[in-house]
Amino acid sequence: MDRYAKQRLFSALAKGSAALVVAVMILVVAVTIVRGGVVFLTDPAIAFTPPGSRYMLEGDGGFLHAVLGSVFIVGPATLVSMTLAVSTAIYLQSDYSSERFSDVVNMFLNVLWGTPPIVYGVFVLTVIIAVGAQTSLFFGIVAIAIFQYPIMTRYTDEALRSAPDTVREATYGLGATRFETAIMTVRAALPGVIAGVIMGFARGIGDAATVLFTAGRSTNMPGGLFEPSTTLPVLIFDQAMSFNAEVRSHAYAAAFVLIVVVLGLILASKILAGRYARYTPGGRHS
Amino acid sequence: MSESIESTESNTKRSRIGRRLRIERLSSYWLGGAGYFAIALFVLIVLTLLYQSAPLLSEYSIVQMLTSSNWDPAQNEFGFMPAIVGTIYVTVLSMAMGTPIAIFAAIYIAEYAEGRAKTLIGSFIDVLAAIPSVIFGLVALIVVVPFVGDYLAPAVGSSATGLGIFTVSLVMAIVVTPFMISLSVESLEALPDELRESSLGVGATKWETIRIVLLRAAGPGIFSAILLGFGRVFGATIVPAMLIGGQTQLPDSPFATGQTLPTLIVNDFGELMSLPLTQSALIFVGLMLVVVVWLFNFGAMLVRSRLQRRWQY
Repeated sequence: MDRYAKQRLFSALAKGSAALVVAVMILVVAVTIVRGGVVFLTDPAIAFTPPGSRYMLEGDGGFLHAVLGSVFIVGPATLVSMTLAVSTAIYLQSDYSSERFSDVVNMFLNVLWGTPPIVYGVFVLTVIIAVGAQTSLFFGIVAIAIFQYPIMTRYTDEALRSAPDTVREATYGLGATRFETAIMTVRAALPGVIAGVIMGFARGIGDAATVLFTAGRSTNMPGGLFEPSTTLPVLIFDQAMSFNAEVRSHAYAAAFVLIVVVLGLILASKILAGRYARYTPGGRHS
Repeated sequence: MSESIESTESNTKRSRIGRRLRIERLSSYWLGGAGYFAIALFVLIVLTLLYQSAPLLSEYSIVQMLTSSNWDPAQNEFGFMPAIVGTIYVTVLSMAMGTPIAIFAAIYIAEYAEGRAKTLIGSFIDVLAAIPSVIFGLVALIVVVPFVGDYLAPAVGSSATGLGIFTVSLVMAIVVTPFMISLSVESLEALPDELRESSLGVGATKWETIRIVLLRAAGPGIFSAILLGFGRVFGATIVPAMLIGGQTQLPDSPFATGQTLPTLIVNDFGELMSLPLTQSALIFVGLMLVVVVWLFNFGAMLVRSRLQRRWQY
């Protein structure tokens, strides 16, 4: 084979692989939207009806408990995690820490970023056992917040890094303190920071392994901060394993709701990142 | 008269500076704490998991548990071998399927695609990476499971329901590919254009440029992307739990049902959790996961910095 034939072969391979990946993604999204859309649109009420007493067995009622559970768990978790993540990113980026310490913390953040979510679940579970509590909404929030923390820190860190240096220099030049400078830097990078927070929210709302053992897999409406609860991904996981065909079909409706939310969040984050690239000198396009 | 005005002015100035400095000092405590949070979390996770798996470790020897294939928590038999073999099976199979496609697709995105096509495919990859894994499992239940059970397994002369190690590997390959692609694209795009120009300038074809120059220069980044992908598959929970069939035995073929370390936790959690030793055993599984995944991660970082020095362009 001469080198030009080789070149043609491998560019075809590269093109083919990319096409395959795109095709798989379209397949996954299409199957979820079509299969789930049919179930959901024939009876949209199931997403807004509380579950009946034998929901997992007979499919009476709907899965409002999981929708609300997702909101009550992932919402507060995102707020907590965002506060921590933005603070960490500020600490690492501005003049609080030495470069060496930043490198060390970044290494740990990378490792946490790669840690399987089930480990966070087991970790929070051991804490629950140690303090003698029961699984509840609160511990679901804790687990999701821990899970989101490295993800959001990574995005925020990236956003702050691409904020122009001139902002920092100008604020220092006016006699601002480090904290005031940090606030101005965050403001300059705000769209990127928000995009990162949205991505963290999307990842948090889609994760099942962290809440599986910590929120309690409840089949009732969330009753309070220290009562068992559940989220959409956990519900889908349980529904898919059900023996009742109707409950199994509800899994696709729940997946439809979940994927629409996640796609919407990604879209929002993309739009924000796009605006960001336009207004920041030397901003990247993504 | 004018003196007193000046002094009140300087007083308010001084108090304002005092307040700003107070805010500065307080905020630096908080930010400092946040800076240490990652390290604290890491240490806390290791210590808690170690402490809680101590009851099991004091009762049985690690070597015996890791090599025994008898898993029956109700009888106090803790052999992790089937789950370990299942995990390795899944990891190796799905990396074998996912890695070549990920690298080629990354090459396409970074080197061939241009303009709108590039942006579009890039966003497709991002979307694929953000789809919750439970949805992959759900779609696989109606697409991949019948395909494997009805066509693929009989075609290679093995009977199967479609649930099993191969199915999990295929789906995990799909889950982990976009993740490896976006990391690889990042390291390919970070390369300076002079590399491409000078290679093409001395008469290399585009493929020769990619193979000899670009893949080598981006090698450390791509290699660490693959290692991170390994870690992802190794710790994957929801997809294996939905698709592997959950039988704790040594798998005899790629189409057999089995168990991975994370599914062991999912399947045996609940009813068996009330037994303290089982509880400790499942927490020990978590500890094993953490240790292996962290080794992969640290390995990826080490490889990256070592190779970067050696494969300098």
